[in-house]
Parts: sequence; C-alpha cells; structure tokens
Amino acid sequence: MLSFVAQRILKGVIVLLAIVVLNFFLIRLAPGDPAVVMAGEAGASDQVFVKQLREKFGLDKPLPEQLFIYVKGVVTLDLGFSFRQQAPVAKLIGERLPATLLLTLTAFAISLMLGILFGTFAARFAGTFLDTAITVFALIFYAMPIFWVALMGILLFSVTMDWLPSFGYETVGANLTGLAHAVDVATHLIMPAMTLGLFFMATYTRMTRASMLEVKRLDFVKTARAKGLSDAVIQRRHVLRNALLPVVTLAGVHSGTLIGGAVITETVFAWPGIGRLMYDALLQRDYNLLLGVFVICSAMVLIFNLITDLVYRMVDPRIEFAS
Amino acid sequence: MPKRVLLGLLLACGLTAPALAQEPKTGGVINAVIQPEPPGLMLAMVQNGPTQMVSGNIFEGLLRYSPKLEPQPQLAESWSVSEDAKTYTFKLRKGVTWHDGKPFTAADVLFSVEMLKQTHARARNNLAQVDKVEAPDDYTVVFTLKQPFGPFLGIFEVGSMPMVPKHLYEGTDFKTNPYNNAPVGTGPFMFKEWQKGSFIRLVKNPNYYEKGKPYIDEIYWQIIPDAAARSVAYETGKVDVLPGGSVENFDVPRLSKLKDTCVTGAGWEFFSPLAWLWLNNRQGPLADKRVRQAVMYAIDRDFAKDVIWNGLGKVATGPSASTIKYYTDDVKKYPYDPAKAKALLKEAGYKGEKIRLLPLAYGETWQRWGEAVKQNLQDVGINIETIATDVAGGNQKIGDWDYDIAFTYLYQYGDPALGVGRNYVSSAIAKGQVFNNVEGYSNPEIDKLFADGAVATPDTKRKEIYEKAQKILVEDVPVAWMLELQFPTIMRCKVKNLITTGIGVNDGFKDAWLDK
Repeated sequence: MLSFVAQRILKGVIVLLAIVVLNFFLIRLAPGDPAVVMAGEAGASDQVFVKQLREKFGLDKPLPEQLFIYVKGVVTLDLGFSFRQQAPVAKLIGERLPATLLLTLTAFAISLMLGILFGTFAARFAGTFLDTAITVFALIFYAMPIFWVALMGILLFSVTMDWLPSFGYETVGANLTGLAHAVDVATHLIMPAMTLGLFFMATYTRMTRASMLEVKRLDFVKTARAKGLSDAVIQRRHVLRNALLPVVTLAGVHSGTLIGGAVITETVFAWPGIGRLMYDALLQRDYNLLLGVFVICSAMVLIFNLITDLVYRMVDPRIEFAS
Repeated sequence: MPKRVLLGLLLACGLTAPALAQEPKTGGVINAVIQPEPPGLMLAMVQNGPTQMVSGNIFEGLLRYSPKLEPQPQLAESWSVSEDAKTYTFKLRKGVTWHDGKPFTAADVLFSVEMLKQTHARARNNLAQVDKVEAPDDYTVVFTLKQPFGPFLGIFEVGSMPMVPKHLYEGTDFKTNPYNNAPVGTGPFMFKEWQKGSFIRLVKNPNYYEKGKPYIDEIYWQIIPDAAARSVAYETGKVDVLPGGSVENFDVPRLSKLKDTCVTGAGWEFFSPLAWLWLNNRQGPLADKRVRQAVMYAIDRDFAKDVIWNGLGKVATGPSASTIKYYTDDVKKYPYDPAKAKALLKEAGYKGEKIRLLPLAYGETWQRWGEAVKQNLQDVGINIETIATDVAGGNQKIGDWDYDIAFTYLYQYGDPALGVGRNYVSSAIAKGQVFNNVEGYSNPEIDKLFADGAVATPDTKRKEIYEKAQKILVEDVPVAWMLELQFPTIMRCKVKNLITTGIGVNDGFKDAWLDK
C-alpha cells in the first residue's frame, strides 16, 4: 500500500506540473491585459505608466521566459506575487484556504450523509410515497441553480424569519472567542454549506437508490436471504456496502466540482474563501494569483482522488492496489 | 405616488437634511459596504474606487473641495497664488502627526510629490506642469509651474494627491513596503485590521488635529461581493451605509422606502461620472458624422434615465457634465427623434452594415441598458450585433480599437483640463490603451482649444475656450453622450453628516456622527 501511495504522489506531482503549464497558456489566451486592469481608469490612458507596470511585473518578457520563471518558483514552493493585490500568492491563498476547506468539507459531509441516507430509504421503500417524495426532493435541488437556492435561503431564513445571518464567516465586531466563536461560525456556515451540500446530496441520493436496487437483485443477496439473515443485516452489510462503490467514485470526481460550486456559494454568502479569490483574480487577470489557486485546487483534487481510492479499498477489500 | 417622485423627494430630503442644526454626538460604529474588495489600501500605490473610499479616512490631501468644487483647507491651512499664476504657496497646518506619532511637515509633501510621480498616473499627469517644488521651511511648500495651469488648485484632494509618510517610505521598495498592508496616514481614522474577504476595520485617531473629530469610534467596511446580498445586508440591519453603486439600481427604490432610510445623490460633484458610447470614428458607417448624429437621435435617453436608472441622473448634453467647471448647455440638442435618425442614415448611405455593440460588464443595470440601446438602434434600421465580454476583455477590445460602439462611463475630476480633454485630443490616441481618445477623433481646432484652455488665464478666458470646444464636439459627435450618472448613497437616517464635500464618501467619515 505504501508503494502505491508513493507512486500516486509522484504521478500527482507530474500531473500538477502539467496542469501548471497548461493553465499558464490557457489564462494568457483570454483577452484582457492585467497591466491595463491594474492601472485603472486614469493609469490605463497613460502609455508610460502601463509600460512601467508591465516591466515591474515581468509581463513584458517573452512567454517562455515568464513560464520558466513561474515553474521555477512553483518547484521551490513559491507561487509568485499577486500583481493586483501586491502580496505573495501563497499568503493570500493561505489566508483564504481554511474557510473554503471548512465550507466544502462540511458541504461534502452533508451531501454524502444525507444522500446515502435518503437513497437508502428510497431504495428500501421503492415504489412507495416515501420513495417518490425523496426522489422529487432530490430532483428539485439537483435542478435548481446553486445561486438561486442561495438567494431563496437568504430570503427565507435571513430576511423573513431572521434566523440565520445572510453573509460572512462570523459576526464582525463581536470579538467572540472559544465556544461562542465556534457557534457563531457554525451559524454562519449553515446556509452556505447546506446550499452547496444539497446540490450534491441530490446526486448521491439518486445514485445510492439506483445502485441499491440493482445490487438487491443480485444472486448473493438472494443467498443471504435464503440463509435466513434479517432484512436489516442484508441491507446494511450486503446491499449498502456494495451499492456504495459507485457513490464513492462519484464523490471522488465531485471533489473538484465542489470548488466550482464554492465560487458561487462564497460569492453570494460573502464567504471569505479561495473560490471568491479565484473569481476576483479571473476578472482582474491576476495571472499569478489565478494560477496559484488552480495549483492548490488541482492538488486538492489529486489528494481527494487518492483518498477515494483508499476508501474504495476499505469499502471493498477485494479491490487490490495496482502497483 | 409614482416611484420616481417618491425617490425624488427622498433625495431632496437627504440633500437638505438639517443635520448641521444638531450638536454632533460622539461614539458608535458605522458598518458600511465596500465593493469590490480593494486590492490594497496604500492610496499612493493603488487608485481604484474602493481603495479611495476606505483610504480617504486614513490619508489626507492638502485640500478638500466643497460640493461646488471650491478648495477648502485640509493639511494646508491656507494658500496663495502669485500674480503671474505660476507660483502656488501652501502654508501647512501645524501640530499634525502621522498615525505613528511623527510630525507631518513640508518634507513629507516634497517626498509625496516625488513618489506619486512614479506610482500614481493621474498625479503624474497633473504634476506635469510643475517645474519645481520647494520647502522654504517646515510648514511652507511652494509649487512653481512651467506655465499657468488653470485647474492646478483642483489636484490636491486625497485621491489625486495623498500625502505619504516620508519616514516610512523613503529609500524603500514602494511595491513591497510593509506599510502598504498597514497604511499610516494623518487622517481621522487609523487602520486596525483587514480580514481578507470579510472586512476592513478602522478605528478613531485619538490624536487627530481637529479637536473633537472624528465623532465615530470605529468603521467596519464589510466586503460582500454579491449585489443582492448587499441589499439584504442593509435590509436586515447588518450594514448602515451603502455607498453609491453598492446595489443594483433597480433595488434603490425598494431600499429607499425602508423605515429610517435616507438617500442622497450628493458627493459626486468632483467625479461627475458621465456615461457615453464610444463610437469608432475610424471605420465603417460610424466614420460618417451623420451616422454618429443619427445614433444620438435614435437613442431614447430619457427612457434610459427613467426606467433603467429609476429616474436618477440627468440626460447629458455633451462632453462636460453639468456639475463641472465651464459647462454650457448652449449646444446643439439631440432629442429622441427616430425619424430624424432614419433620415440621416439614409442621407449617409447606410446600407445595413453590421455594427458591433459592447455593453459594459458592470452588472444587470448595464446589461439592460445595452439591450435598450440595441433596441433603439435596431428601430431606426441599424444592424446591431451585441458582443459579450467581461471587463478586462472589453477593455482590450476597446483599447485595440476592435469595436464599433462600446459603453463606458468616466470621471470628470471637476475641470475639463483634467477629465474631459483626454478623450478628444488627438495626442491621446494610442493603440492598446483605454480611457483616452479610443474613438480616434482628430480635430486640430479641438486640440488647440484644449491645449489653450489648460493654460489660459483668467477664468473668463478659459470659460470662453471650453464653451467653444463643447459646441464643436457636440456638432461632431465623436462619442454619443448618454447620462450624467447619479449613484445614490443609501444610509440609516441616524447617520448624520456623512457627505460634506464634493468627493462624498471618498473624503472619509471625519464629520459623520450617529444620532443614537
């Protein structure tokens, strides 16, 4: 197993470097000059000023040279300097990453727990009203855009009922500490995490339900039933365990998509994570910051995929690690 | 009561609120929205709108400007101009200290001028007329100009020429100076904390030189990226002030009607944002003056003002906003007249060639405006194709002259020499750059008028020159002027005296107080 993990990490680093190179060129294909954006209204009309900015940030150098400088930096764990925010990229990402991890991991947990729970119930009571209700519930959240769910949530829980805060990570100016601070953050987290989680919950519900119904029809389930095992044991030990494999695969794939959803969720709820940092960097053509966020997100996807493979092995020990 | 009338009344109420009659109370916290998050707070290094709004509390300029754009004392307590209009002597206020306790002196002014020439594009342009700056003593600064420069007394507000602490910046790499992230100024509020993505916190400067000010203890600038979420934050009482442009314009009437809410359109006199359509004069049908005039007649600008901008703002008459110096409305008029537009197009021989329109990617209001203009132009037979871009992409297209019609709005900075001429003189044609003469208009007479207007004395002479320039430009229609925009500031009525000068919220909250 150790050699498997080591190999995967090595491959991951190579993939990451390939991603850096690809992203480097892709971003530069987008129209829009970072020096002009940086210069602002008055500065952009001044040719000398824009030229100075280009020189200052090395944007006047040939592309291969810029790439070489950037990759050299990444290899030595230096993600460069943000033109726009005038601060090291690693520092900017470091400030925002914890908030995104908190949001995405909570949303991930909510979506998996609720998805598997609802899917199991729907499969267990297939064809009943409960099954239909769960399916419709899941479909609604799958079909609705994340920003719409977010706005409706704000309208209902913030404006109308005044139960939950509509924006931010914590109550600004309250200066809470310890448990009170944790509760405060949790209160702010509920709506964004649910908004993001419910979308993915819908997928897992549908997947779990379909997969369980399929496994239920297999011979080994009939054998288990013939052996006289209770229905609960069959569902838990035999059906669910086997039915979870595609859900785990999907969850691994979704680890990257979650970040995409976080961009929208973080924007609507003013959640101070890297999703928003990425969005701002894109609008400002802040190349280094954008590349930095991509590198971190890609690394996260690779790590999630590795974890998925390990979980796969835990769920079904018959799966061997290819070395 | 129609919405517009109600809003008008509210605006009038805000503009004439008798706050001055009351004795200011001290204490309290103001929560205001800042959008988007500023890239930095060091005003000498970064000059975008959000930076100015927050940092106008931390830094100060030598002068402030009244809503009528008359200079007022700030760090300079008085000034005088020589008879030949080439020497400006400023007497600095004594007893002013930086937030770290060091005294503010003429050496700081001299240093700021030199630094700003390197880091601040607008300041450099404004200072181009300066031959030398001297400090005969610690509290006197003398600017000697190469030639008289009419708008010179208008370049000293905090956003255009912020004072920088020499003792913290001299000899350092400006780009990486650690004080960029914890700015030190002379202003009424001191930088305390910035949680990126969440908020910026400023606290009262206890040693501020104007005794008793500021009245407020703290300001929290809340960073909320989504426009709808910003409206909700105000609606649910989490923020007290929505500076102009914080919410979509169509939300303004609804928010204005909320309990204890005051609205004012004041505080934009210095910037006077003017919206227009860049018209590419170089190529295609728009190279013909008659087609450009047809565009002016074809667009229903009253509709745009009343429906898209909720009755806010004013229909523009030409290149100068009515709030800046030397404005005249004695120019050719372009009322909404589709028949006249069609006749002009016919006369010009327009054959339905495709014309590309770039709306401004600044949110829903601008998208809707783009659609309305497209409809207006199609109604008179112009074949319009909308090109969707983001801001950076749009700027590149405009700068590369790869467009036919494009939306924009620009600031005027109180004087035609500072904010108007750059868009029409032929020396400002430079491919790859935006916000200059990207339409490619070239008229030697206009070039001369703007060149003369900047250096003419006295003011009556300048007035004559700029009035003539406005008349010529309005006849030639190098761009299609649309609206003088108004970005209303929405706030709780308990916030008093928030806006007292021509730069509004950007001038800091030193006079503001809370009627608790």
